[in-house]
Amino acid sequence: MDKTTFILNGKETAFTPGQTILEAARNVGVTIPTLCHLKGSTATGACRVCLVDVKGARTLMASCSTPVTPGMEVTTNNERVLKTRKLIVELLLSSGHHDCIVCEANGNCRLQDLAYECKITELKFPRPDTCYPTESENPLIVRDFSRCILCGRCVQACNEVVVNRAITLGYRGSKSKVATGGDGSYSDGDSECVFCGQCVEVCPVGALTEKKAKGMGRPWETRKIRTTCPYCGVGCQQLLHVKDGRIAKVTAVEGAEPNQGRLCVKGRFGYDFLYSEERLKTPLIRQENGDFKEASWDEALDLVVSKFKGIIEKHGSDAVAGVSCARSINEDSYQMQKLFRAVFKSNNIDHCART
Amino acid sequence: MTNSFADFGKAKMIFVIGSNMTEAHPVAATFVKDAVLAGARLIVADPRRTPLVDFAERHVQHKVGSDVALLNSIMYVLISENLYNKDYVDSRCSGFKELKAKVMEYPPEKAAKICGITADAIHDLARELASVKPAMLMYTLGITEHTCGVNNVLSCANLQMLLGNVGVECGGVNPIRGQNNVQGACDMGALPNVFHGYQRVDNPENRTKFEKAWNVKDLPAKPGLMLPQMVEAVGEGKIKGFYIFGENLANTEPDIRHVEHCLKSAEFLVCQDIFPTETTKFAHVILPAAAWSENDGTFTSSERRVNRVRTAHPAPGDAKPNWWIFKEIAKRMGHVWTSNSAREIWDNEIAAFGPSMAGIKYARLENDGLQWPCPNEDHPGTFFLHKDRFASGLGKLVPVEWTPPAEVPDDEYPLVLSTGRRLYHYHTRTMTGRSGGLNDLLREERADISAEDANARGIEHGEMISVRSRRGEVVVRANVTDMIPPGLVWMAFHFREGNANWLTNPVYDPTCQTAEYKACAVQIGKLT
Ligand code: SF4
Ligand code: SF4
Ligand code: SF4
Ligand code: FES
Repeated sequence: MDKTTFILNGKETAFTPGQTILEAARNVGVTIPTLCHLKGSTATGACRVCLVDVKGARTLMASCSTPVTPGMEVTTNNERVLKTRKLIVELLLSSGHHDCIVCEANGNCRLQDLAYECKITELKFPRPDTCYPTESENPLIVRDFSRCILCGRCVQACNEVVVNRAITLGYRGSKSKVATGGDGSYSDGDSECVFCGQCVEVCPVGALTEKKAKGMGRPWETRKIRTTCPYCGVGCQQLLHVKDGRIAKVTAVEGAEPNQGRLCVKGRFGYDFLYSEERLKTPLIRQENGDFKEASWDEALDLVVSKFKGIIEKHGSDAVAGVSCARSINEDSYQMQKLFRAVFKSNNIDHCART
Repeated sequence: MTNSFADFGKAKMIFVIGSNMTEAHPVAATFVKDAVLAGARLIVADPRRTPLVDFAERHVQHKVGSDVALLNSIMYVLISENLYNKDYVDSRCSGFKELKAKVMEYPPEKAAKICGITADAIHDLARELASVKPAMLMYTLGITEHTCGVNNVLSCANLQMLLGNVGVECGGVNPIRGQNNVQGACDMGALPNVFHGYQRVDNPENRTKFEKAWNVKDLPAKPGLMLPQMVEAVGEGKIKGFYIFGENLANTEPDIRHVEHCLKSAEFLVCQDIFPTETTKFAHVILPAAAWSENDGTFTSSERRVNRVRTAHPAPGDAKPNWWIFKEIAKRMGHVWTSNSAREIWDNEIAAFGPSMAGIKYARLENDGLQWPCPNEDHPGTFFLHKDRFASGLGKLVPVEWTPPAEVPDDEYPLVLSTGRRLYHYHTRTMTGRSGGLNDLLREERADISAEDANARGIEHGEMISVRSRRGEVVVRANVTDMIPPGLVWMAFHFREGNANWLTNPVYDPTCQTAEYKACAVQIGKLT
């Protein structure tokens, strides 16, 4: 047998040394369900959902953290694996309050998906009476501990992906909890949280959700539109979740350049200025008394043209100047400089590149 | 940037100077932190103890405005200890002799005094930098917002060329752009001296080309005014018609009082925006514009990547896309422009007449966009610049002299005020101030000061204090923090109340007219 192959569900399969069973399997299109696994960070083996049968091993092995060895015989879908996985999911389901109908993550939840895939039809075990209370003091993120399955993905993302080091797995055993420094709200004085929302992005269940998204649209009701963040010059790729002409929430595009599934607080939460009542909705012309009056586009544009024409005729093209916008799209800046150069015959065009 | 964000996470040695990346470009900073976790070495040079310093093996806390002295002195060490990349300099650069002569005037002992650090720190920094190849240099406005901004930038480039770090993966000179589309606005020719794609207006061939492309005659040859000069000229009555698209000049330019005086003097001021601002107050006509996600288009990020922006929903009321408004004005002046969407403008004009973007077409921008230069439609785009040879042939080493900020502390105004952005807000908050939650995280302007300066004046953390410069005074809450060294006050310009630009000094780099936002002299005191 070739040195770099192993047996996957009875088939000889190539792998790259160093790969985990999970990676090697995914490589050839064999799916193994996972919950806690977070690409790019150290495997924690917390959830055991990814268990597989490795010939010769005493127990089932977590495929996300077990490296493949040459000749290893792995089965991903036998009776033993399926039964154990079902049991694990049943235990997770009863570990908290997983009442999907009222959960923000309904339709976008790995636990819900797994329960369905495992054909679970009833809750086998009693669920706990008490859970840690929900934290929603902070303005942006709801932390519902009754739905937390302690998979640790948020902790991994915060510490190993965005490296903000704001949360850890605190306490022990049945008291376990994801906690900030000081175990208070994300926005408490001694919390290091910077509200990047990466923990929300990776939470597989409804334990971490965007506050502003509540009631704004279920996953199956929203259109997902890829776009580019309007704030800084990194150019992060976002998915706008849009329902009824309104952005319900913003998430990052997985695997896209440059941000690789990450956003910051402004990119993730700075979108609803669009719906402010203060938006300018109609052209305005200043009157003699200094007040602005609403005008039609024709009135406003005719006035602009007659004034600029008059000034250019009387004082020449050097008497006009324009400032373009470093926030708006390329095509807008192009048009504005074209207007100044080709129509007004002036190179007095600039923008605030310098702030 | 010469290089790409994808390099940040893979780099082995990173030198960050004048950039508070975790707040101004948070996602870029995550990749730098990832690199450090994976074993990369990080050096931060910044007057403030920025959050990135927690990840750095060395923090050089040089004085505001001493960057050229620091960089020249680093090069002094590299050259005198033969730590620079001689082969690279010989084969790919010009001007070494002149550079050498200049930097030899900056031995660490001398520079250390200017920078307020030890000579050893400069020696060690230089040796460390030279010990790993390649090293990646990043900077932001801490380098550019000075009267010597251009010289600061040249110094960064000199250093990286001397080390042979330009034209390679995970190297280069990388200014991270503050605004989403500053890169694009420059690329598009919203500059007084160039058409889009940096084609100079004072070159007759370029004018002929655009006269044909736009079907017009007599394009103006003389480069126009830069923004600060425009504002001045408006104030002096030389510019009578002023058209401001999307910028809130009344809050973002230094010395607010003076700027407002200038805006008031305009004979006819047009403002095109999505919100009423402090600037639109002075307008004669306000034109309501469609915002981000209300029309299709492209942004170009710091890494020269042209990315798609897509429509999520229509603009409110009668607001219109900006490109449409400009087209309508042109039409009323007898110019018929045929392109009728952002896509048509890009594909039929921007790509067609901009050689460095000729290969970028909307059809190719569906996923991760494309990085210019991209000269033809088979070109994959350019991941990093200056591979094998500089765009202009040889990389030019340019000797530069250190000059102090225009206004330095004295007995009356003993502290340096430096300014910038904070994490939770963006510029004048026209957007973040209206996005739920962000105001709750930061409600007001603050003045960051050191414990030493606070104690000396009996100022408590959190109390309201006065910050005064020769141009004005603001009352803000004191934030006593160990981020700030003694002698420095740090503020932002997000809020109208307590905006740092009531205080900043309207002096500019002579070449590029960037204002000295990073240094002016102030006094602070308890309220009486
Ligand atoms: S929002 Fe960001 S910083 Fe805060 S806990 Fe979540 S991942 Fe960490
Ligand atoms: S909050 Fe979510 S991601 Fe974090 S441990 Fe709980 S379930 Fe996992
Ligand atoms: S998400 Fe944050 S880092 Fe990314 S482009 Fe937007 S503002 Fe910049
Ligand atoms: S996914 Fe492997 S243990 Fe959770």
